[in-house]
Amino acid sequence: MSIEICNVSKRFGTFTALDDVSLEIPEGSLTAVLGPSGSGKSTLLRIVAGLERPDSGEVLLSGKDATGVAPQRRDVGFVFQHYAAFKHMTVRDNVAFALTIRKRPKQEIRERVDELLELVQLQGFADRYPSRLSGGQRQRMALARALAAKPRVLLLDEPFGALDARVRAELRDWLRRLHEEVRVTTVFVTHDQEEAMEVADRVAVLDHGHLEQVGAPADLYDAPASEFVLRFVGDAVRLGSRLVRPQEITLRRWPDDGAVEVEIERIAVLGADARVDLADGNGVRLTARLRRDELEDLDLGRGEIVWASAEPLRGLAADTSAGDAEAGQALG
Amino acid sequence: MLRRLGLRVVALGYLLVILLAPLAVIFYRTFEHGLEPVWAALSDPLTIHAFEVTLIATAIAVPLNTVFGVLCALAIVRRRFRGKGLLNAFIDLPLALSPVVVGLALYLLYDRTGWFGGWFTEHGIQVLFALPAIVLATIFVSVPFVAREVIPTLRELGNEQEQAAATLGATRWQRFWRITLPSIRWAVIYGVVLTTARCLGEYGAVAVVSGRVQGKTETATLRVEDYVVNFQTSGAYAIAVVLAAIAVVVLVLMTLIKPQEETA
Repeated sequence: MSIEICNVSKRFGTFTALDDVSLEIPEGSLTAVLGPSGSGKSTLLRIVAGLERPDSGEVLLSGKDATGVAPQRRDVGFVFQHYAAFKHMTVRDNVAFALTIRKRPKQEIRERVDELLELVQLQGFADRYPSRLSGGQRQRMALARALAAKPRVLLLDEPFGALDARVRAELRDWLRRLHEEVRVTTVFVTHDQEEAMEVADRVAVLDHGHLEQVGAPADLYDAPASEFVLRFVGDAVRLGSRLVRPQEITLRRWPDDGAVEVEIERIAVLGADARVDLADGNGVRLTARLRRDELEDLDLGRGEIVWASAEPLRGLAADTSAGDAEAGQALG
Repeated sequence: MLRRLGLRVVALGYLLVILLAPLAVIFYRTFEHGLEPVWAALSDPLTIHAFEVTLIATAIAVPLNTVFGVLCALAIVRRRFRGKGLLNAFIDLPLALSPVVVGLALYLLYDRTGWFGGWFTEHGIQVLFALPAIVLATIFVSVPFVAREVIPTLRELGNEQEQAAATLGATRWQRFWRITLPSIRWAVIYGVVLTTARCLGEYGAVAVVSGRVQGKTETATLRVEDYVVNFQTSGAYAIAVVLAAIAVVVLVLMTLIKPQEETA
């Protein structure tokens, strides 16, 4: 099922959570909504699920207006950051919930739950209560529960946010594979740009309730539409009047057109790459990332003066005030 | 170590003197002369009737206040509306008011010249000095307990589970029966127990509005007083023991069942 979000705005008191956001999510895609906390990303997801109502704008599911439709009629699966496990039910009853309230035959429910528990690798845990599962297991249970009634959309609100790094990485892979298997339109919210880039085929970046950019992960990185996106997706440093990626910086021993004179403060070798800390004439610090062989060719040392430049195509002009949404909007 | 022990001794000693000593003396004095006088007092038709009146009032007040208490708790925790603070404060009114004042207020309200009393008199319904007044007084004094137990549990529960149930297709009604109610059931049960205890033990308000006619509008607690006033102490002890025994049994049952669930 495709999702169309049209000019949606939402305020909580004086706080503007979403400001005129429009976003199309094609059928079968795996989309990440990425943004810092307070950017409105969870609110957007909850509006799609019907758990919040927009102040203005529309939500279309499969092309039909669903703005006023109650969550229980939207045919969506929703996964919460803190699992929202039904504590008084066993894992089996949790997963079966959507089918039980639809009064499906017992045999059918049993088979479907077994199938789902196998999908989320919780076969042996059917009779346990959620309090006796680990965080990762609870979240897998919540996923199985959300998938039970075969929803047409799967929505995940910071699904891995409460888990430790190793489990998070595991579940990311697992979500990616699950999506390849089940092919249900999936939207997940995250503040972790690495997670968004790694798992999703499309990423929508939100900041302060504004949609900054939508695109494939590589597009966001290579052609950020705003300073905010540039800063938020990957690293960014200020070179003269521009913001660039540390690995876009080239260092030369002689002056060049548009190159900035910098002093080398420190060189750190990090495996195949090296990080060079620099300071320009005004004392502004920046970092360049070079390959080891580049560094060795240049034969640089601490305290030396070099000229730094970057391909003008990629970096954005940074003459507006530093890193805020206005700059992003003007450019986006 | 010594300080912890000291604290324990103080706490236990206090409970022993204040709570257990009176309870123990009641049991002791009741069975001092064997079971015969106890049985005589309890099998007296007037005593049986008094228990019946108490049980009828309790049986009406407890379900009503349970439903009302849960609804109030839901409204206070989940909804935003004007006058919410007032509702929240009003629930506690019966705890703050002396039961005698409650009785007097009911008396004034349902007296022939009172706001409601006139209507009932016209329609030939006797409220004061009859079962309806006893029931009303019992309901009034036992209003707060279920709501007071359920409100903090609901707050702690949050509404994520219900939202999850909604996205899974559950209607409002299904969410209430399958998610909310099972999640707050211990608070409800605890509230019901406290409500029941309060109903069985109610004395002050009922004393004012019941007319305390033996064999008609006399409740168990009024019967105790009746016996005391007439120097039939063994009868008073017997009823007191039954009331105390009910309370003890209920409390013991509560503590036996509750912890197992918590750790599950």
